[in-house]
Order: sequence, then structure tokens, then C-alpha cells
Amino acid sequence: MKFVKNQQRDETLDLVCRMCPMHLLEPGDRLKCMKKGQVLEVLTDYDGALDDIPEWCRKCGQEFIGLEEDDECYKLYIRKVA
Amino acid sequence: MKRVYLDHASATPVRREVLEAMLPYFDREFGNPSAVYDLGSSVKQVIEEQRAKVAALIGARAENIVFTSSGAEANNLAIKGAVLARRNKGKQVIVSAIEHHSVLNSARFLERLDFETIFLPVNPDGLVDPDRLARALTPDTVLVSIMHANNEIGTIEPIADLAELCRSRGVLFHTDAVASVGTVKVDVNELNVDFLSLSGPSLGAPKGIGALYFGEKTRLMPLIHGGIQENGRRGGTENVPGIVGLGRAAELALWELPEKAGHLRNLRDRLVGGIREKVEKVLFTGHPHHRLPGHASFCFQAIEGESLVFMLSQAGIYGNTGSACASKALKTSPVLVAIGVAADLAQGSLVFTLGGSNTVEEIEYVIETLPNVVEQLRRLSPLWGRETVPYDQVACT
Repeated sequence: MKFVKNQQRDETLDLVCRMCPMHLLEPGDRLKCMKKGQVLEVLTDYDGALDDIPEWCRKCGQEFIGLEEDDECYKLYIRKVA
Repeated sequence: MKRVYLDHASATPVRREVLEAMLPYFDREFGNPSAVYDLGSSVKQVIEEQRAKVAALIGARAENIVFTSSGAEANNLAIKGAVLARRNKGKQVIVSAIEHHSVLNSARFLERLDFETIFLPVNPDGLVDPDRLARALTPDTVLVSIMHANNEIGTIEPIADLAELCRSRGVLFHTDAVASVGTVKVDVNELNVDFLSLSGPSLGAPKGIGALYFGEKTRLMPLIHGGIQENGRRGGTENVPGIVGLGRAAELALWELPEKAGHLRNLRDRLVGGIREKVEKVLFTGHPHHRLPGHASFCFQAIEGESLVFMLSQAGIYGNTGSACASKALKTSPVLVAIGVAADLAQGSLVFTLGGSNTVEEIEYVIETLPNVVEQLRRLSPLWGRETVPYDQVACT
């Protein structure tokens, strides 16, 4: 897992407390509304997302930038490339 | 025998238009909304249309509505869900002393999880004092829950002021609007609330459906874990007929609200005026002006409320003692205790909640009948004639 710090982002998607598999459904919808090159920050407290989101990015052709962890949630960064 | 139903806060008949809208979703449109084929996706689309209708009734955006099984579940989800999602931010919850049991008991449940709960007193009219709330707030306060209107005494709280106070301190604010939505204008932006509960039966939708509004940037820990239903906020296959019923009822309520409120107010004023004129030693509870338009609540001296409700039903008049839970448990209503009504006077509680279909003739029948029933019961009462209870004044505890 690649860790990042102070990653710039264009939009944030807050999925904290939302149940699996919303972390695999909502990023795709949000990325559709974003431009290529923009970065989406996904907030989640679901441990499974740490494996699922990088894998989802690989399948969908998006770039997984990395992960930052804070006191209450994980922040996962995705750059729209497809 | 004439039947005059004045217990709309307890239950309302499902409206014909609502029932007709629901019927196809019991058989022809039976698909699971989560299914990928058209039998499911068409139903999913219908759910989203209903979400928009419910949102419109309260000035919200559709994506900020989650459907629940009831107003009680909406209250549970708001209180437990919001507090547990913010458990790292603080450990104190404030609710008013006159909340519905679904709020009071959710707060008590949180006490078991080591949260501190403050039960905020109200004044004799049932109003929460914003200054008192301001003094109760601490840096540890996570959520405040104060109902929009009280189902038992009809008082409408100054929610916008209370919510603004909480917002300025970074505290989430929930209001239980089950008693008010569909009866008075309710707008989440004007009220400035983070969460708002509503219920289907209050609007002429069936029992078993409710909804919670949640504001932008709020988080809710689910109570019912499942899958993608309600966008991952509440598991379980959706109650599609109920949701359709709530959507249709919300649509009708939005159209009819201004006229309905005036009609209810006129009937209520006539009812209160008539009873005030013909019955002595009765306390009118709740705020005289800031109250629900179709709500009239009383405490009759030297009478048991249950006896009065029963005797009235024998004459075809259906009211309520106000607190079914307390009444069945032989306890004094916590709401009446909170506004300072003396315990024996509180036993004589009677609540009438009017609906859009009630008529002037029905109200005149109640005004004609009720004084006789009260007199009969008082003749049998060993308490009648004893001036042991101040019936015309209350002392807030």
C-alpha cells in the first residue's frame, strides 16, 4: 500500500459509516462527473476498502494514488485517467 | 351512532388516493428494487421519485432522505446513528424532557454506552428556553434533540432559534417532526436542523413507513446493517408500497397544507371555546398560541382520563389520554409532569387531535356531549368537590 500525505484533491466523497459495497459504487458515479486528471478523495472507515479500492481502480483503469490515515477514517485518493 | 374521530395523532385512515397509488406495488410491480433487470430497476426509479416528493414537503433535497419503518425508527437512527458516528467528538447528548419515548429511550440507551444524557426541563407551556439550552451545552455535547411539536400538549418549539444556537457551537441538532409535518409548514432550511424525523401515518399514509432527513456533511451509523438499500444507510429490502404511500401522501399534504391548517385551527378554537364555556375546573395544557392548529389538550379535575376516553367512545367520540405508554403502565404522563401539572390533575388528561375530514357539526356534537360525560364521571368521583389540586395554574418543576 502506498501512503501519501497532504495529497491535493478536487472533490471529496464521504462514505464514513456507509455500508459495503457503497465504497465500490459511489466512486464510479462521482468520477463520471469529474474531468480527466482530477483527484477524488474517498473517506471511509471500512477496512475492506483498503484492498477493494486499489483493486477496483485497476479493473476500471483509474489510477490509485495512495492512502492517508487520520484519527477517524481512511482517505483514499483516485486520479481519473479513464 | 355518530362517529367523531379526534385521535389523528395516534392513527389516521389511509387516504383513498394513497391506497390507490400503493396497490400496484403489492402485485404487478413486485420486483426487488436492487435487481438489475427492468422489473427491479423500474421500481427503484419509483422509490427515487417518492424520495423527491417527501423531500419537497420539507424543503429538502431527495438525496438527504432515508426511508425508515416509522417515525420511531427515524428518531432512533438520528440519535443513535449521529451520536455513534461522532463518538470521538464528545460524550454528551441533550434532549428535552417532553420528547417521545423513541427519543427518550434512545438517549437512555446511549447512557449504557457511557454517554451522558441531559434531560432539559421545559416551562409550564412546554417550551424549551434557548437560554437554558445555551447553559446546558458543553464542548462535550454531540447532539441536541428537541421535538418540533409535542403530540401530547401541542406546543410548537422555537426550533430555528434552538438549532441556530447549536450550530453556532458546532453541535448537531435533531427535531422529531412527526406531530407537525403535514399539519404546519415544516422546512428544514428555515428550521436550520441537521436531522428531522417524520412519519407516514401522520399524513394519511399507512403505518410502517417513516423517513429521516439528514443534512449535508452529517454522518449516520446504520442501525440495520445490510447492503446497498437506502444508499448504504439502512439495510433490508425496501417497503415499496409504504414508500409509494408516503410519497403520495407527502404530495397531497404539500398541496393541501395552507387550507388544512386554517380549517383545523377554526375547528380547534371552536372546540376549546365550547368546552371552556361549558365545563368548569379544566386545565388547558400546552402553549395557548404556539401550538398545532388541530390540537386541543385538557386535564379535567377529579376524573380519570381513561374513563373519560372510554365513556366518550361509547358516545362515538374518539380521543386519547395523550400518552398511551404511560396510561397503560399506570404512570403519570412524563410530559404533564414536566410542565408541572399536579399528579392527580394529570390523571384527567384528554387530548383531541383533529384531521382534515372533521366538520363543524362533529365539533358541535362533542361540545354538546362532553360536558354531560364529564358531569357523570364527576358525580361518581370521590375526588370531586375537594379543592386539593390547583387546576388553573401549574408550577414548572
